[in-house]
Parts: sequence; structure tokens; C-alpha cells
Amino acid sequence: MTELRDRSDAGGPTTGAVGGGAGLPAPAPLEVRIAVYKMMVEMRDFESRAYDLFMQGLVKGTSHLGLGQEAVAAGFAAAMRPSDYTFATYRGHNHTLARGASMTAMMAELMGRRAGLMAGKGGSMHLTSVPHRMMGSYAIVGAHLTIANGAAWSSKVRRTGDVTVCFFGDGTTNIGAFHEALNLAAVWKLPVVFVCENNRWMEYTPISSVTAVARPAADRAPAYGLDPVLVDGNDADATLATASAAIQRCRTGAGPVLVEAETYRHGGHSRADPGKYRPDEEVKAWLARDPIPRFRARLLESGVEEVVLQRIEEGSRVAVDAAVREAEASPPPDLSLVESDVWADGGSSWRR
Amino acid sequence: MAEMTYRDAVAHGIAQEMDRDPTVVLIGEDVGAAGGVFKATVGLFDRFGPDRVVDTPISEQAILGASMGAAMTGLRPIAEVMFSDFFAVCWDLVANEIAKTRYMTNGQVSLPLVIRSANGGGARFGAQHSQSVENWAMAVPGLKVVAPSTPRDVVGLLAAAVRDPDPVLFFEQKSLYPTKGDVPEGELVDELGVAAVRRHGGHATVVALAAMVPRALEAADHLAEEGVEVTVIDLRSLVPLDVTTVATSVRQTGHLVTVEENPRLCGWGAEVASIVAEECLFDLDGPIVRVTTPHVPLPAADALEDAAMPSVARIVEGVRRSLC
Repeated sequence: MTELRDRSDAGGPTTGAVGGGAGLPAPAPLEVRIAVYKMMVEMRDFESRAYDLFMQGLVKGTSHLGLGQEAVAAGFAAAMRPSDYTFATYRGHNHTLARGASMTAMMAELMGRRAGLMAGKGGSMHLTSVPHRMMGSYAIVGAHLTIANGAAWSSKVRRTGDVTVCFFGDGTTNIGAFHEALNLAAVWKLPVVFVCENNRWMEYTPISSVTAVARPAADRAPAYGLDPVLVDGNDADATLATASAAIQRCRTGAGPVLVEAETYRHGGHSRADPGKYRPDEEVKAWLARDPIPRFRARLLESGVEEVVLQRIEEGSRVAVDAAVREAEASPPPDLSLVESDVWADGGSSWRR
Repeated sequence: MAEMTYRDAVAHGIAQEMDRDPTVVLIGEDVGAAGGVFKATVGLFDRFGPDRVVDTPISEQAILGASMGAAMTGLRPIAEVMFSDFFAVCWDLVANEIAKTRYMTNGQVSLPLVIRSANGGGARFGAQHSQSVENWAMAVPGLKVVAPSTPRDVVGLLAAAVRDPDPVLFFEQKSLYPTKGDVPEGELVDELGVAAVRRHGGHATVVALAAMVPRALEAADHLAEEGVEVTVIDLRSLVPLDVTTVATSVRQTGHLVTVEENPRLCGWGAEVASIVAEECLFDLDGPIVRVTTPHVPLPAADALEDAAMPSVARIVEGVRRSLC
């Protein structure tokens, strides 16, 4: 696990003893860890079902699943306070669920139904729930890091103490907006945590084969005067601890934090991609590090009763079933929505 | 009533809004301590301080992203993109993010922000610092597009843009910065989407924008000497587009000429011409004529640039052709 360190001892990234070892902070309170487990199970069930619905043709378009990456979304969400802001990418289902958006509304959005989170106008890649401070899922790589800066700048100007957490993939670290955003955040000392979910694959290409440094985010941190922070993104205790430290640091006005969470997506890049280009041994090794069974085992070791976890798992299945049922029952969106909400007056008129 | 330059009117208009509303902030390259490369923001840094008048690195994506994120969380930013040519390096933020987010989120997100930019030719800067790109902006659903032609309108339209709940691209035509005009005392706020009739005449309707407005008025003087009286309409904004004022005039004159600084293809005049053709065809007594910069990048040499941009002589000639 990686701890946030002072600049004075900044060197290479701290890879640390993943999942255990000396010098670790005490684990979070058990009720927080159980809540994190519940989030992860719900994310897994929700996305697994969304995938099945794609295969049945009930979900149209495309979708980018975060199966296997749940510990990052859950760990960070558990460390945020309700008024903190989330910005995510098109692989944003987990981050939207984590902030408390309704499963039914999300599933209906994926299915293009009236009850959708955005009434069907955004789709899978743009899940947004402003009441939950989930400020959007952005589908053009890199842009939302600069937008996250704006939310953080606003919090600073308005002195609210809120922190912005911005998630992105390893591929983002090679686009210009990443570098513009990191520099500005550092110069302005913005309360923003940038979280790179390094799942090793930039779409269909190994990130290592197109990146000048070994750790695409952490190795760039020193260029912006930031500490390199590396965390095992498949270890929910580690992500929770790193998130808590990073958010706390931001809240005290110390400026931005860049975290690289090492993880793996169980599936392909998007719906159309079976992910066959990945070596079997690599997939096998990462499946063995699946964050959910791993965290489950650790909770049992920590004294949580089996029945508590079973109840969470059963509850999640019931909730996803209900969400699918309610989404399916929702009619298509009203066609008047085509020309609604281009402008704040609710319409789309461009002439007078 | 005070006479001031178009350039000073920019700072005056921004100050009016920053005085009124503490959530208005100004952000851009050299806008603060330096007062802007066109000296259009002089005095604001000293008056409002570094928290509200913020200098940035050369990072147009970061500038517009920060403005967008701030606008969605309670501020009303005025961002500056130094030259409108630079929109090409941050067009993702403009066209994909700022323009679309309200729609995609079914109205969850509001983006009350203004992006000011120095637009257009006449300064011999060459093809990468002289473009008129208002037609790029007009082509993207979700953006309001404003381009004032006088110091008074700079103040009134800027105030309207800042108070508007939607994103507004505000084009300051850089050849107009030194021009002078009267600006009334006291708070000045206009309405977006209302054209101004700058001259009345019964023979033809000339529709122009920004720097082409004074040029069209000069052409109107020449035409009057030969007995041709034209109406000159200053559109003031492309989105919303004041079709009513244009169509009403065309119905009276029967002739339409557009004067556009943008290059020919898909210039804003093509949209105006198409609307008039569709809705006023039987009121027309001659061909619709578009006077534009040819479909070329702008050259640098003064003789070449002058030859490329619509001149008074070409406008006069265009009106004559429309009267055939």
C-alpha cells in the first residue's frame, strides 16, 4: 500500500507491500469496509447484468464496463463526503453507482428509457447525477481533467472545502489535456485528486508499448511537482486508505494529488471487444486477484460474519433484479425531448 | 455619455459585471497583470485582484475546462481565448463539452459562461492570427454567438452574455479595438438576438456583422451618392439570429446582400440567404448576393489582405449586382 508522503522523501513511486505489511495505516472502521464491500458487489452485479442485457439487445449502443476495477470506485467514494465532486470517463457506471445514483435510473438510461438518469439523452458514456455531485462521465479522453480543475477552482474561490475527485484511464496520460490539467492544478494548488485507473490496456494496445515511462501516471507526477503515488487498485483497503489520505491532503489546501491505481478490466475495452488480444496467463493472473473475493476473505478474517456478507450479496441481486424490471417497464422517452434543453429556457430555438 | 474605444469598452463592460456579481471571474493568458495583449482588460487586475482576474499558462484546454467546471459549480467565468484562431486547439471543450452538456444531462448542468476572443483580420498577422471563425461557432448546437460592432454594444452585449444562463462565444473584432464611440453612463444591458438597423433605405437590405458593419455603412454612403438607398442591419448576434428584423426589411426592399468577413463556404450569410430564400422568395426582386472573404486562408501582406477581405468597393458592387 502506498502512503502519501512529504516532498522531502519523494523518489520513485512507492509500490509498497500490496495488501499488507509493516507501516500500514490501521484499517478503516469495519462498518466503512462493509459499506465498501456492498458497493463493490452492487457494481459487479449491475454491470454483469448490463452486459447480459447488451447480449440480449436490450441495451443499445456501446458500453465500457469497469468489471474488475470496483475497488477503485468504491474505495474513493467511501472516502468522499457528500458535497465532494466526482468526474469520470465513459467507463463510469461504477463511479455513478458509488455516489448513490439510482440503479433503476442508470439501467433505464442504458436501455434508452424514459426513466433514465438523463431520460435517455446521454446514454452509457455520459452518466451524470448532479444531486449526487456526480458531475458527469466524459467520453472524449482527457477533457474532463481540465473540467474537474474548474470545479476544484470554484470550491477554492467559494471557500466550500469540497474536494474534486477525477477518474481516468491509463490511456489519458498521453493526451495533451492531461498535462495542461496537471500543470494548472499544481500551479493553482487546486483541491483535486486525479485518479488514474491503470488497467494496463489503452483500448486494444498495451499501455506500456505506447508510453515513455513504466508507470504512466505516477512517473509523470514529479514533472508537475507532485509526489508519485501508486496503489494496488484491486485492494479495497488500500484504495480506501490512499483515497482518505489524498482527499484529506486536498482539503487542507495542500494542492492536488495524482494517484495511479493498478488494476485490470476483466472484459474488453467496450461492448464490441472480447479482449482476445490479451495473453491468457495475464488474464488468469489478474482474475486471481479479483478485488471482490479478495476483500470478502479479508472481511471474514476481520471477524465479519458470513451471514452479513451473504445478506449483502442477496440484497444486491434483488436490487439489480428490481432495477432491470423497472427499467424494462419504462416506456421510451417522449419524442419532445429531441428538441429540449439545448438552452436553459428548456428549448432549442436559435432564431427570433 | 462618454466616448471610449472598443478596446476600453471591453474592460468597462467586464468591470460593470464584476462589480455587480461577485461570482463573475476573468481568466486567460495575460489578462491580469499585463492587461491583455490587446489591452482590452487593463485595470481589472488592480481593481478586482488576483482571485477574480486570473492569469493562466498557454493552455487553452485548461482555460476552457476550468471555466466550464467553474460554471457548473456556481461561478460565472469570462474566459479569454487570445486569438480566435486558437479555438482550434481547444475546440473539444467548446464543441463537445461546453455546447452539449446541458442537453446530454437532460438539463441537469447549467453553464453560464462567456468565452471572449479577438477575431478577424485587418492587422496583417497572417493566416493563423486573422481568421473570422464565427461561422464555426454558429454550426455547433448549444452555443450562443455574439459579435459587437460598436463600443456601446460591447458593453451592452457583454452584460447580456454574462447574465445569460447559457454559454456565449463573444467575438471582439480586432480591427475594431481602436475605434471610438459613445457609451451611455450607468448600467447598460442589451438583449441577445436583437439586430440593430443602422441605416434606413428602401432599395436593398445589407446585413453585416462586427467589422463589416462600419464598412457596409461606408458603402451605403457611396451608394447614396448615386441615388441608391440601402438599409444596413447589424446582426449583433448569430445565435440567436434575428430573422424577424432581416425578413421584415427584405420584404420592404426586395433585395438582400450579406457582408461576411468569414471565408465563403458555409459562412453565416449562407444561412441567412437560405432562410430568406425559403421564407421570403416571393418578396425578392433580384438575386441574393453574398460578399465574403474568398475561400482562402488570409494572406499577411497589407495589399493582399485588403484584397481578400470585403472592401467598400466590393460591397458597393455587390449591392449593384443584387439590384439587377
